[in-house]
Amino acid sequence: MSEDGREELVGTDDDSENMAVDGSLNNTMVEEGCTLLGRMEICVAEAEKRSGKNAVNMQETFTVYLIETRPMDAVADGRNPAPDSLWRRYSEFELLRNYLIVTYPYIVVPPLPEKRAEFVWHKLSADNMDPDFVERRRVGLENFLLRVASHPVLSNDKILYHFLTEEQGWKEVVYETGFQAKADSWLRALSATFRVRNPDKRFMEMKQYSDELQSHASQLLRARAKVADRLYGVYKVHGNYGRVFSEWSAIEREMGDGLQSAGHHMDAYAASIDDILEEEEHYADQLKEYLFYAEALRAVCRKHELTQFELEMASQDLISKKQQREELATGIVRTFSFKGMTNKLFGQEAPEQREARLKLLEELIVEGEEAVKEKTVECEEHVERAWVDMQRFKEQKDKDLREALINFAVMQISMCKKGIQVWSNAKECFLKM
Amino acid sequence: MSVGAPRGLASSGQKPIAEILHPLSATEELLSPGPDVTVTIGGDKEAGLTNGTPVEMSSPASASSLFNRLQLDDDLEADARDPYSSTETRDLFVTVDDPKKHVSTMETYITYRVSTKTTRIEFDLPEYCVRRRYQDFDWLRIKLEDSQPTHLIPPLPEKFVMKGVVDRFSEEFVETRMKALDKFLKRVADHPVLSFNPHLNVFLTAKDLNKRQGLALLSKVGESVRHVAGGYKLRTRPAEFCAMGEYLDTFSQKLGTIDRIAQRILKEQSEYLTELREYGTVYSSWAGSEEELRRPLEGVAGCVTTCSGALEDLSENMSQDFLPVLREYVLYIESMKNVLRKRDQTQAEYEGRLEAAILRKQDDRTPMPAEVEKCQDKAECFNADLKADWDRWQSNKRQDFKQLLTGMADKNINYYDKCQAAWESLITLLQDKQTEDKTSETN
Repeated sequence: MSEDGREELVGTDDDSENMAVDGSLNNTMVEEGCTLLGRMEICVAEAEKRSGKNAVNMQETFTVYLIETRPMDAVADGRNPAPDSLWRRYSEFELLRNYLIVTYPYIVVPPLPEKRAEFVWHKLSADNMDPDFVERRRVGLENFLLRVASHPVLSNDKILYHFLTEEQGWKEVVYETGFQAKADSWLRALSATFRVRNPDKRFMEMKQYSDELQSHASQLLRARAKVADRLYGVYKVHGNYGRVFSEWSAIEREMGDGLQSAGHHMDAYAASIDDILEEEEHYADQLKEYLFYAEALRAVCRKHELTQFELEMASQDLISKKQQREELATGIVRTFSFKGMTNKLFGQEAPEQREARLKLLEELIVEGEEAVKEKTVECEEHVERAWVDMQRFKEQKDKDLREALINFAVMQISMCKKGIQVWSNAKECFLKM
Repeated sequence: MSVGAPRGLASSGQKPIAEILHPLSATEELLSPGPDVTVTIGGDKEAGLTNGTPVEMSSPASASSLFNRLQLDDDLEADARDPYSSTETRDLFVTVDDPKKHVSTMETYITYRVSTKTTRIEFDLPEYCVRRRYQDFDWLRIKLEDSQPTHLIPPLPEKFVMKGVVDRFSEEFVETRMKALDKFLKRVADHPVLSFNPHLNVFLTAKDLNKRQGLALLSKVGESVRHVAGGYKLRTRPAEFCAMGEYLDTFSQKLGTIDRIAQRILKEQSEYLTELREYGTVYSSWAGSEEELRRPLEGVAGCVTTCSGALEDLSENMSQDFLPVLREYVLYIESMKNVLRKRDQTQAEYEGRLEAAILRKQDDRTPMPAEVEKCQDKAECFNADLKADWDRWQSNKRQDFKQLLTGMADKNINYYDKCQAAWESLITLLQDKQTEDKTSETN
């Protein structure tokens, strides 16, 4: 089980049939285009609080999430077997995602729900232990798994499968893939600034777009939180009418009943905002998902920049080495070099030395050509695969966000209907005054 | 109502000539003390004047006003705005409208057109049209208070506004003030006693009121002097008037609370509106960087804009129509409290004089001095007038608040209707596009 997950799994769905299956992928034949989700039902069913000692031996409380899986053919057959299940905590999801990012740098990897509550409007809790937050996180984690398991490339990953099926020892397996080292160098490279001469224009545009998407999504989330805050205030103040109408009705004869009942409706109106805003959190979560998706998209573009840069560096290196060879062979110095200087100052070197150096250079050039070939392939492969996935992402994003906007409109309509209902009821009471 | 021996009741206070010559006064003796018998009993005006109407109505004013209100209940839908119109039995119709700004070297001020239509014989012509400014209304009110101290005079909108804080010439301010002046005049014209006051007649008909202005200040002073005369202290206020006083205190308090709540809501709505507008612009700017999503995002931005506009309308309506009426009623309550106080003083004066007379009496056979009897009459008439006015006021209050609160509900419903319509049309748009895409996908 200690394979390097990557080597086995990079490739198309066709390859998955040939994978060394060690008994775990023993279900139906993997057809073209069929993903893990097609073969297996996955859900994050519950959340529970646990206590334990952490890495520095301090007591901590954390939440674990129950992942349940069931083979799809069993469900289809009508058998209803008990699902397999295991518990995972958020940090393990993070580990899985980091592994996927490093292992598939050409894929826009689905994001996790936020680590800490952000864009919170004031009545909403920013506490990670708050039950509403935990519930929304549960939904977000399930969404993450469903997205990954239905992705044409990611769903075939062995580590993913183990994450879903083997509770013990999963972490060790992940670390054994050696992805951590790659992750470190990847991060270092990403944070460095480098100038790429010839990046693929489409990727530059996509990077630009990812910045815009991030900016707009976060602006929207911030504005939405402020609006929610204010709307809350408007509704709640109406509750005061309830109290004063009640007090007023006490001194009235004919008007009393109408006023009293109207007051109740005002109370109901004030109370209704809680549910309305709670529901809207779901919309905010959908926006947040794409806020974080923007980051993932950007990372793919950056990876392209990196590979392109490395290719350019390798090519540059090769060119300079070839030039050196030429100079050495012909004796014509075209570019400055210390050797050239010392030659001028101290005289030419002996022919045997020159030969040795030429030979070394030739070897380096051969290596360099290999490197350029590799880098070119790496770059082209990345561009090709990334472009495919970015298109897939674009379609998914358009569809998802459009649905999110429609749902938002539906929520607004529902809120209007409730408002009309309450005020109509109040009006009836006023008419009876 | 304790009448005592039937007398040629000169009724309360200083009665203007016009009132005594009123056709109705012929029936006053038949009915009950108190001059405030309304014209509007029964549908037939003429018959109501000369027929004897049942005596058991101790407060005929309230019974007839109840009748009026019953009629109005049916008409409420049709005449939601003006509950004072469309009763066939009324014969005096007044309207305040058409504000105009006047600029002179000395000052700038607004005048309003006061139109009158009437069949009353106290008026020479059936129609009048004059221009009046706030000062004139104030003059009228003071005159009414002076000449009808036992009656409740409707309130005027606030006289003074802080210059620099409120723009006296802004459309909203003028509109709000005009509506309040209209209401004031209509309430006076609707009052069975006040509407026959000669000062009202002058106000409605005279081309130029200026000559009378000088009396305004004097009258105000005079009024306070007149009623503090004697300095009699009331021992106990009768239970029913106590109840009135308590009711007014509590009611005033509640209105104050409602005013504060309404203002708070306006403030919250205003802040909500600011954020909402910003929210809309974010959707718009996002649309700029999208292709497929551009239309949906712009659609959402458009809906948010529509909702913002609707909210602005709602807030404006509440501020212009709702709050002023609340404040007017607080003024009304203050007026009513004043009348109660005056009543107390009248009673106190009577009791004081009575006590003094009893002490001075030589023997039991000496009749009561005339002035004591006069005081008793005054007190009893005052009580009768007040009760009648109270009932009328209560009834009007019920109508006014029913209308006010129903109006508030309507405005909110209207707001949500507008918003719902906007969002629904967006969904239709978005879903059409969806089915469009789906069919093109399957093709």
